[in-house]
Amino acid sequence: MITAERKPFDEIVALVGDKKKVLVAGCDTCVAICLTGGEKEAEILASELRIKAQQEGREVEVEHTAAIRQCEWEYLDMIADTVEAADVVLSMACGIGIQSMAEKFAPKLVMPAVNTNMLGMPQEHAVWLERCVACGECRIGTTGGICPVVRCSKSLMNGPCGGSHDGLCEVTTPEKEDIECAWALIWERLKAQGREELMFMERPPKDWSKSSSGGPRKMVREEAKPV
Amino acid sequence: MAGADVKPAAAEGGAAAPEAADEAPKKPVDPDFEPEIIVFACHYCAYAAADLAGSMRLQYPSNIRMIKLPCTGKLEVIHLLRAIEAGADGVYAAGCMEGECHYLKGNLWARKRVDHVKDLLTELGIEPERVEMYNMSSAMGARFAEVATEFTERMKQLGPSPVKRQGVSPHAAAREALGGVAMPDEAHPAAAATVEEGHAE
Repeated sequence: MITAERKPFDEIVALVGDKKKVLVAGCDTCVAICLTGGEKEAEILASELRIKAQQEGREVEVEHTAAIRQCEWEYLDMIADTVEAADVVLSMACGIGIQSMAEKFAPKLVMPAVNTNMLGMPQEHAVWLERCVACGECRIGTTGGICPVVRCSKSLMNGPCGGSHDGLCEVTTPEKEDIECAWALIWERLKAQGREELMFMERPPKDWSKSSSGGPRKMVREEAKPV
Repeated sequence: MAGADVKPAAAEGGAAAPEAADEAPKKPVDPDFEPEIIVFACHYCAYAAADLAGSMRLQYPSNIRMIKLPCTGKLEVIHLLRAIEAGADGVYAAGCMEGECHYLKGNLWARKRVDHVKDLLTELGIEPERVEMYNMSSAMGARFAEVATEFTERMKQLGPSPVKRQGVSPHAAAREALGGVAMPDEAHPAAAATVEEGHAE
């Protein structure tokens, strides 16, 4: 799923500025699952903003809402009236949702209340790990289902490097504890699959033009387009 | 951590004040200030302890207004915030002793949420000591009265909440936020009377 983290409160307050009618808009899909920007979190942020305004003696109207998915026009239609009534919308959706909202309701001021940080999986409750960078050219068929692009600190296609020790990456620091060496994981997985020879194959450089380096990407499925 | 002193050993009769109260800046205390305090009390322990305190004719400040919950695990961040937003000077949750929750871990979840609200209040420039988590059993009537007294004193030291707002009852706001989760006081007539009369000194 797409994961995000809420921005520091002071940054959010600065984005709202002196606007009088504020709408905190959550998204009940990815960011709700990662406990950052669902309706619950939108309500908490709205409450915080009201408390802040009361402390400073400012008259501000802060409401909250949530779209089932902020990244789809149909779901934005469902909250259109609430959005139109606001001076500024603080979107707690991922970057896709925030931009959809800004585009749908342009020139309405739509501000990000979160930083979208990765495509991750919940390893355990309340812990997410990055698993994909949407590079546009998946190679994990030959790496035992483990992505070296995202899980190797150097994104090496032919690893491991000399910094792999006891299955851990040399980048491991107190702040970034226990980064597993992706290539050590790949070796163990390939061994378990009886496909060790794949470790020694030569992997050509990736075509990064299929990633974000190639400019904005677009996907069209002609067969699925409405007639 | 503030409130961590509420352990079985320090329970009945223990007089240790929470560390946070000791660390709070000393401001001139307004003798006329009566803080409004919302207590989220677990049906199995703190609420029954309040009942017991009443039966024991123990005195504790009438500043606390209780809301009964089936378990403090039902308490969410927004419930605490709504009470603060409506002008409560202090809010605390009182759940079962750690390891004794009828729903296994509800009181541990509540402590985490209270701690999170402390962080949010800090972010807002409000004293985090205005929210707290306590643990007690249904047999700790004296501890209930002690906690109520101790927390009320702490709020008197801190002074009125910076979010004081006219015309909104923090108790009603918190109840509204809880919706159907809050249990009616009427189900426990003796304790309800305790809350209403408050056994004021």
